[in-house]
Formats: sequence, structure tokens, C-alpha cells
Amino acid sequence: MSSPSLRQWLETDTPVSRGQALAGRFWRGFMGVVGNPTALIGLIIVLVLVLMAAFAPLLTFGHDPLAQNLSERLAFFGSKHWLGTDTLGRDLYARIVYGARVTLTIVLLVSVVVTPIGLAVGTVSGLMGGVVDTILMRITDIFLSFPRLVLALAFAAALGPGIENAVIAISLTAWPPYARIARAEAATIARSDFIAAVTLQGASTWRILIKHIVPLCMSSVIVRLTLDMAGIIVTAAGLGFLGLGAKPPTPEWGAMLSGGQGVVLDQWWVATVPGAAIFIVCLGFNLLGDGLRDVFDPKSS
Amino acid sequence: MSDILYEVENLNVTFPGRGGETRAVRDASFVLGRERLAIVGESGSGKSTTGRALMGLLPPMAKKSASKMNFAGMDVRGYRDADWQKLRGTRISMVMQDPKYSLNPVKTVGWQIEEAYRLHKKCTSAEAKKRALDMLNEVQIRNPEIVYQQYPHQLSGGMGQRVMIAAMLISEPDLLIADEPTSALDVTVQNQVLRIMDRLVRDRGMGLIFISHNLTVVSSFCDRVLVMYGGKIVEELKASDLRNAKHPYTKALVASAPVLGETGQKLATVKRDPAWLT
Amino acid sequence: MTQLESSPNQFSAQDGRTLAFARRTSLFILTLLITFLGLTAVTFSIGRFVPVDPVLAIVGDHASKATYDATRLAIGLDKPVPVQYLIYLKKVLAGDFGESVMTSKPVLDDILTFFPATIELSTVGILLGVFLGVPAGVIAGATRDRWPDQLVRVISLFGYSVPVFWLGLVGLALFYGKLGWVAGTGRLDVGYDDIVTPQTGIMLIDAAVQGEWDVWWNAVSHLILPGAILGYFSLAYIARMTRSFMIEQLSQEYITAARVKGRSYWGAVWRHAFPNIMVPLITVIGLSYATLLEGSVLTETVFSWPGLGLYITRSLFNADMNAVLGGTIAVGVAYIGVNAVCDALYQIFDPRLRAP
Repeated sequence: MSSPSLRQWLETDTPVSRGQALAGRFWRGFMGVVGNPTALIGLIIVLVLVLMAAFAPLLTFGHDPLAQNLSERLAFFGSKHWLGTDTLGRDLYARIVYGARVTLTIVLLVSVVVTPIGLAVGTVSGLMGGVVDTILMRITDIFLSFPRLVLALAFAAALGPGIENAVIAISLTAWPPYARIARAEAATIARSDFIAAVTLQGASTWRILIKHIVPLCMSSVIVRLTLDMAGIIVTAAGLGFLGLGAKPPTPEWGAMLSGGQGVVLDQWWVATVPGAAIFIVCLGFNLLGDGLRDVFDPKSS
Repeated sequence: MSDILYEVENLNVTFPGRGGETRAVRDASFVLGRERLAIVGESGSGKSTTGRALMGLLPPMAKKSASKMNFAGMDVRGYRDADWQKLRGTRISMVMQDPKYSLNPVKTVGWQIEEAYRLHKKCTSAEAKKRALDMLNEVQIRNPEIVYQQYPHQLSGGMGQRVMIAAMLISEPDLLIADEPTSALDVTVQNQVLRIMDRLVRDRGMGLIFISHNLTVVSSFCDRVLVMYGGKIVEELKASDLRNAKHPYTKALVASAPVLGETGQKLATVKRDPAWLT
Repeated sequence: MTQLESSPNQFSAQDGRTLAFARRTSLFILTLLITFLGLTAVTFSIGRFVPVDPVLAIVGDHASKATYDATRLAIGLDKPVPVQYLIYLKKVLAGDFGESVMTSKPVLDDILTFFPATIELSTVGILLGVFLGVPAGVIAGATRDRWPDQLVRVISLFGYSVPVFWLGLVGLALFYGKLGWVAGTGRLDVGYDDIVTPQTGIMLIDAAVQGEWDVWWNAVSHLILPGAILGYFSLAYIARMTRSFMIEQLSQEYITAARVKGRSYWGAVWRHAFPNIMVPLITVIGLSYATLLEGSVLTETVFSWPGLGLYITRSLFNADMNAVLGGTIAVGVAYIGVNAVCDALYQIFDPRLRAP
């Protein structure tokens, strides 16, 4: 018998190693997204964002996003400045491309902060049950009832501008939904027979959590994270719009929008272009998230 | 009042699907008079789909064709929804499987029983209420005035199904299709519900199509039996004749029902022959 | 059929139900109180994070050590943190949010002055969102995958992918700047400013009650654009949730049962499915309204709308932390309050949860 092709290896119903199972799930997710036209558009947009952030210097052909040129301020779209210039004569295209770095940084940092907290609270709550569960979920519910934007604003106002402060501010109110999801999944899984089996074999709670429960929650968490990205980006842009977030002169899309506010009636593109960038990226994450949800959790769509 | 209620010849229902089309019902043919006909089969045999097709309630993606489909002499093959609405609830009705799901949770019992009556007949609310209370009496619900105002979640399974029957028979249809009416009920309650259905159908001279997977229930309740497998009607016989069934599937079904009182029975299973699907 | 079993203990079934109701209600109120306490704890902590020394903010850079120490004692900074929190809590409950650096008035007065404008704008938005969004969602869910559904889904998708403040800017540039169809920023044109005396603080009501119809129309022309934009934002979410609820209900058996009785498809949609989603929609609408209220910090900035949101952001620019935190508590209370009211309404109206 000839050795199986890569595709067969990925799509098999009987994986023989953990790595194969993981790769198989990733593959199925990928194929599911690719087969869905709107989700595919979302994926492409997100990939473009990542590429823009990674290869910013290349993509801007050396145009410095911070270089001011007052004689060329408020220029319209043209061959020298593809997307025009802002009030200080800085090239908008370059600032958009470098701004992708800020956006992506904030999104990644928030995800990295929020996911472990949510998973920790949720899985412990779901596995332990009883009093621990009640207390943790009450705390989660309380945080869930807080207004996210306004609190993030107040935090960032107190801590001052800066990406790290914006990330902290957003994360503090963004984690509860993940705790909820993780808890729901953990509570269901905790009652299954294989957990009982592993417990009987002597696995510690810690091991059960890390090696068994957390991996099973991951797909729901990832779907939710993708869908929440748009909200995080908009909140971050909102903070930037109000002067919190990335410190000037770092290009940040929300701050760029704010800069264009004064001239919006005549030089509309200065504010419209960064806004369009935010919009397109949010659209991309929403489409991708919907597509991922269709693949991993079709009953909730 | 003609005696032939439904004439069906070569009914075919196909559903489009990812791997091609599924033929849910193939070339089904039968004639129904004012009698009790059972359609028996396992899940996926096409019996529920046949029931829905007889009322024009197939989902929009389903494709239906028949060389003959006459209800009370009317050719219903080309009927659109507006035409079917004139028949449904007033000449043909259906009792569904689980009252937990087939009753609207936010409407009172009384409202739901009156609904078919008010849709088809001009009447005052007082008249409709009286009819509804009469029907509640007929299905042997004590305290009809109280139950009239209750909500479905306050009823037990047996009560809910009796409410369904009341709701479906209030306009005195000619034909009742019962789609697994007792499958969601406890065994003790099943008999009670069956007896009520029995009396109502007999007293009103209705035709009944009883869809079920339970041959035992059907054999005592119905006059004739259609056995379906893989979308086809593989045998048609009198209920009293089941012991003398000819098709191997029917024989296997009859054999797999254990008999009370006999000890040492081996549970028989159905050995499927792919030839039955052709 | 169903006989009530004689209970072994002295409680009758009626007593049992009342007890359950009382338990649920007290639990609800307790959770609400703890949530408010949590909010004050958060704002208290935020206040502590400010890198500016609060003593210096009062006495200035050149005060002597004696003055510094005396002021420090007077504010209570020598006490342990939990005690400081309790002092803070007492003040908040009494309505003392400190004084605003910007307006030199007590923050509470400022809040009461500015809040009605935010409520006015958000209410216009939510009304648009509900009266357009709910029917759109119902029709989308009922005509699944056909063109009305696709249209509603696209409109919805754009609505929750677009940053509201950008939409506001673009709207201003287009509908005010280029087309001149609506009035510009602010609540009234300059010149109409002091004609109407604030009674409820809601311009539409005050102007109408006082018969100042010129002012009323001017107010409307200023309200249209921000109201429409908030309305669109709200519509996107409400339509999407309504559609989702409708799809879930339309796959239920009772819909088929209704059609069996002779109901048309749309009859089943409006008279069977729709009543089943009205109660869950309450929480959806509540959340949307609460979101509009808290999102005011951004929309009001774009439109220079004199509401609580603009107050908070202006205080932010002036490093006026008293005002920022006071405003945050006000918005927080409104946000939590609206959601809590809707949760309570949901409990009251769901027939399945009513005591049998």
C-alpha cells in the first residue's frame, strides 16, 4: 500500500498522535473558512493586516510616516502621496501601513492577556463546581455588567497615554465573556467519562485542567476572540481618538481620525482614510469570525 | 360524503443534499377510505415525510411528484400554500409527536385550541370559547375552565397531547394524520390517549392515518397497515393479518416484538437485505 | 387528572411559590448592590492610579512641608486603603463627587445638567433601532437566505463593523458640509441658545411645552444626524439578534402545528414566532440602549453634543479626574441599571418562569 498523501493524513478519522489530531482540526478549520466566500474575504483582510504590519518599511518604500512636510500638507490623493497627506504634511499611506502595527500590537496583547485570565477563571470554576464556581461566576458577572468603553477610558485617563496602558484598560473589562465560555465548556466536559477515567488514574487537578480541559475549550475561545477583535479595535481606536493609546507622533488610526476632525469639511480624506482602514479591518475580523463559528460551532449560528 | 378520502399514486419526494439527492419517498401508492390506516417503519423510512406531503407541508427545498393525488376528489398536486390553507385545519389535520414542542409556549391552551376554529369559521369569541371547552371535555380533561387559561408548560405530557387532539379536531376535519402521537408519552398514558383518539375518530366517522414505529400499538388500533422501508411501501396488509405477512422485513418486524408471558425468548433482530431498497 | 399531593410539611404550594419568588428577588437586588459596590471600588482604584499626587494637586508645588502634611491628614491619605474606600463610598452615596476643575461646580450638579442631553440623543437612537431593526430582523429571519435576508445581513454587518465616531464624522461632512440637509454640530444653532428654560433638560420636550416651535424645529434639525447614526448602530445589533431569534423559533414544531391548523406562513411568523421572541428582545434592546449611553463619550465628541459623554471627554483633556470619575460612575450606574431593569422585566414576562 502506498503511503497516504498529506491531505489524507490530515483528514483521517483516526489520528494516531496528538499532533496529527491538532493538525487535522486546524486543516478542517482552514478548509471550512476557505470554502466560505465571505469568510475567505475576512481571512484575506486579516492576512493583509498582518503583512502590512510585518513588512511596513518595505511596503512604504521608505516613506517615513513621521516626516512632516508643511508645504505639502493636506494634499489630495496623488502619485507622490497615494492617499494624500495630513495636517502636518505626513504621508497618509505610510501612516496607515505603520498604523497597522499599532493595531495588531494592541489586538495581540489584549488577546494574550485576556485568554489566560478567562480560561483560568472559567475552567477552574467549571471543574470545581460548588462554592468556588458560584463565587467566581458572580465576580465574572459583576465585571460583565460594567460598561467597557467608559471604564477603559477612565483607566487610560488615569494611567496616561501609551499602548501598554490602553491594553491594560481594555483587558480589564474584556475578559469576562471568555471566563463564561470556558466555564460552560469545562462544566460539560468535567462530567464526561474520560475525565473520570483520568482522575481515577491519579491525575492532579492541575494536569486535568491543562492537558485535557483547556485544549477542548480553545476552539470556542478562538471563535469568540475573533468576533471580539472588531470591538477591541474600535475601542482602541476610540481611545486613540481621545488622545489616549499610542503616544504621538506614533501613527495610530484612531488618533489620525481625530487629527482629521478639524478639516473634515474640506479635506475629508484626512479623517475618512484612517476610518476606512478601521472599518475594513473590523469587517475582516467579523467575517472571519462568522466563518470560524460556522465551522466549529454551527448550532449557534 | 364520499367514502374515498385520499387517493395517492406514485408519490415521490426528493431532498437535495450535499452528496446528491435523497429519495425520501419512492413511488408510494395507496387508497384511504374512512378507515384507520397505519404507516409503520423505522426512522428514515419516509413515513413522516409521507404524512407531511399529504398536507403540503414539505420544506420548500423538497421536490414532490405524483401521478395521482386526490383528496376527497380534488387534485391537490398543484396546490399552492394558499390552496392548502383552505384544507388544513378544517378538512385535514395532524397531531404531532411531542406536545412539549408542538404547543406554543407563550399562548394559553384555550387560544391554541380555538385557533383552527376561528381561522376557518366566523364566530364570536364566546362561541369559540364554548367549542374549546366542549373539546376539552371530549378529551376527558377535568376542570376545563382552569386548563383553558393555563400555559403549555403547566401541563403533563398526557394532558398536552390531549390538548393537541382537541385543537386539531375542533373544526371537525375529515382526515386526521397522527404522526407518532404516543411515542413521547409514558406507556400508561399512551393507552389513555389512544382510547380518546379511538372514540373521537369513530364517533365522527373520520379517516385516520396513524404513523408509528411501534407495530404492537398499531396492530390493535388500526384496520390496515402499510409497511415502509427506505422510502418504499414494501407491504400492505390488514392489521389482523400481520401474522401472515409475506415480505421478509414485515416478518422480521413482527418477530422482533417480544410476547408477554413467554419465557426464554431470544430477541430477534432485522437482517437487512439490500434488495429491499430497489 | 393532576391532583395536588397533600404536602407533608406545613407550607402550602402557594407559600412555596411566594417563597421562591422572594428568594429570587432578594438575590437579584443583592447582586445589583454588589455590582454597584464593585463599580465604586473600580473607580476608587482608578483614582488611586493617577500618577499625580493628590495632595500636591490641592496645595500646589510650593507649599511648606507642614501644609503638605496637614492637607494629607485632612484628605485622609494616612488611613489604610479599605478605610479610605469606605470614606469614598460614603461620599459617593451622598452624591459628593467633588468639584470640577473645569466648571468649578460640584460634579453632581454638572452631571444633572448634562445627562438629559445624552438621554435625549440615546432615546432617539434606540427608538429608531427598535422600530426599524425589529421588523427588519423578523423579515430577514422569515425569508432566510433570500434577498430581504441578505440585504438585512449586509446592512447589519456594516453597522457593527464601522466605528460610530467615524460614521459621525463622515455623516457630518456629507450631510452637513456638502449637502446642507441637516444642521451642524451642537444641539442648537447659536442664537437659539437661551430661549428655552431647561425644565426636564430634554430640548424636544421643553421647547414643545413652552411653545417655542422655532427652537423645536432647530433642535430637530440638529438631532437628526447624530440620532440617525446612533439609530443605525442600534439597528444593526437589534436586527441581527431578532433575525437569529426568529430563525430559532421558526424551526420549532409549534410553527408547523400552526400551519397544520391552516395559518399562512406569515401568519405563523407574526402571531406565533414573534410573540416568543418579544421577551428575549427586551434584554437585547436594553443592552443596545445601555451601549448607546456609554458610547456617548465618542459620539458626543464628534457632534459637540452637550451631554455627559462630552463632559467626560472634556474633563479628560483638562485632567479633571473628579469629573471623569464622577461621570464614569453616572454612566456606569445608568449602564448597569438599564441592563438590570431589562433582566427583571425578562423574569417577569416569561410565562415559563411565572409561578404555576
